[in-house]
Amino acid sequence: MIALDPLLVIDGLAKQFGAMPVLQGIDLSLERGRVTAILGPNGAGKTTLIKSILGLTRPDRGIVRLDGRALGEDPRLRATMGYMPQIARFPENLTGAELMALLADLRGDALIDRELVDRLRLGAELAKPLRTLSGGTRQKVNAVLAFLFSPQLLILDEPTAGLDPIASGVLKDKIREETARGKTFLLASHVMTELEELANDVVFLLDGTVRFSGSLHDLKLRTRQVNLERAVAQLMREGEAA
Amino acid sequence: MSPIAKVMKYELSDVMRSRWLVAYTLFFVVVTDGLLRFTAGGANAEMALLNVVLVVIPLVSIVFGTMHLYNAREFTEVLLAQPIGRRQLFAGLYLGLALPLSLGFAVGVGVPFALHGLDDRSQVTTLATLLGIGIVLTLSFTGLAFALALRLDDRAKGLGAAIAIWLLATVLYDGLVLVVGSMFAAYPLERPLIALMMLNPVDLGRVLLLLQLDVSALMGYTGASLKSFVGTVEGITLATTALLLWAVAPPLLAAHLFRRKDF
Repeated sequence: MIALDPLLVIDGLAKQFGAMPVLQGIDLSLERGRVTAILGPNGAGKTTLIKSILGLTRPDRGIVRLDGRALGEDPRLRATMGYMPQIARFPENLTGAELMALLADLRGDALIDRELVDRLRLGAELAKPLRTLSGGTRQKVNAVLAFLFSPQLLILDEPTAGLDPIASGVLKDKIREETARGKTFLLASHVMTELEELANDVVFLLDGTVRFSGSLHDLKLRTRQVNLERAVAQLMREGEAA
Repeated sequence: MSPIAKVMKYELSDVMRSRWLVAYTLFFVVVTDGLLRFTAGGANAEMALLNVVLVVIPLVSIVFGTMHLYNAREFTEVLLAQPIGRRQLFAGLYLGLALPLSLGFAVGVGVPFALHGLDDRSQVTTLATLLGIGIVLTLSFTGLAFALALRLDDRAKGLGAAIAIWLLATVLYDGLVLVVGSMFAAYPLERPLIALMMLNPVDLGRVLLLLQLDVSALMGYTGASLKSFVGTVEGITLATTALLLWAVAPPLLAAHLFRRKDF
């Protein structure tokens, strides 16, 4: 894959927890205006990779560049990233509206994109303490928070887990619309049909290394499979054989 | 507003609405009021209150602090992904918990004293010292709680360690001093005992207040050693300095762990 104008470039990223190597030299680039799915069996290093991009985990070696600038000690660069974590747990006694105000306050930004609040019909729920909301509603709040500041790069970890079909559809539409506007997405999910629907590119991780990186189309060609699920299964079998 | 103040503001509004904090404040109101009613005067109530403060504050601060940070783990990760430095984020999170706990204690003890009134000037000094000791213990044990929760990813281990530290500082410590005292009875023990006291903020708090009230009978082995070895005034200075170090060191340790942690 020839990287023309990548938004995010990862160079030789390595991380070890104790004696266990989790990432072993990851090289990767994310193209602007595309959705990249990150795949791999449990323990392949997906979460650590995501957390390294976000600055939650500090890599032992390697560098992550966003728009040409190294993401390292300067936290201000994170202003162009949005993150939707897998588990939506928030301070119990705050309301969704207060949470949004906190993030706006911290970023020194106005709430740019409240569109999802209306489309997910969250208006009334935002005035209630978060502990009283159902898991699905909390996950909606979680989604809204990631999009609020119209970031260039959105990292979504299992975004539709726990959402009802309507909300899940709204979120997928939103991802497609934002991609069309030039936003870049990194998506981790176990729902293959969802990734097949949304992803342009696929990154397959195994044992902390990139085993495949390219477009969804290339992946199907290379593995000679008709859909993503079978293609990934093929990659995993090749990984076991190797 | 600095980022620290912003994080703190929201953490405060979360913690202030917690039923635990209300219960904690009411507990001190009830105990203080009861002691003021059933003891002969303010000074006696202060002495009795000291024993409650020395046991309850470390327990609540370390257990509540550990659980609080574990519960906030996912949201802390969301905050870490924002454009804000770790140093500032930690300060906001720590102060957002340590300040309401300190305030809950100070209000809970202060209000009954204000209603009942104080007999003389010396009681005001003693009450101020008592409040100071309570706040130092809150800062110290909340800091220890954060350090534990950051060091140990397993909740059960963290909570176990928190309770072990509390037991060591409040219950086991006295036994330890007695054992050391009786085993080495033939040796001059003042220096080792003073050193041992410096390692325990709870004992420092007790000795400080009792030195001020000049009731050697209740001071225990370490306090008596301090008094006979360095004198009352120097003893108070030494204990105060050590306590202030204890207020600052644990949160600084926790801040260090927070800055280096892989979440």
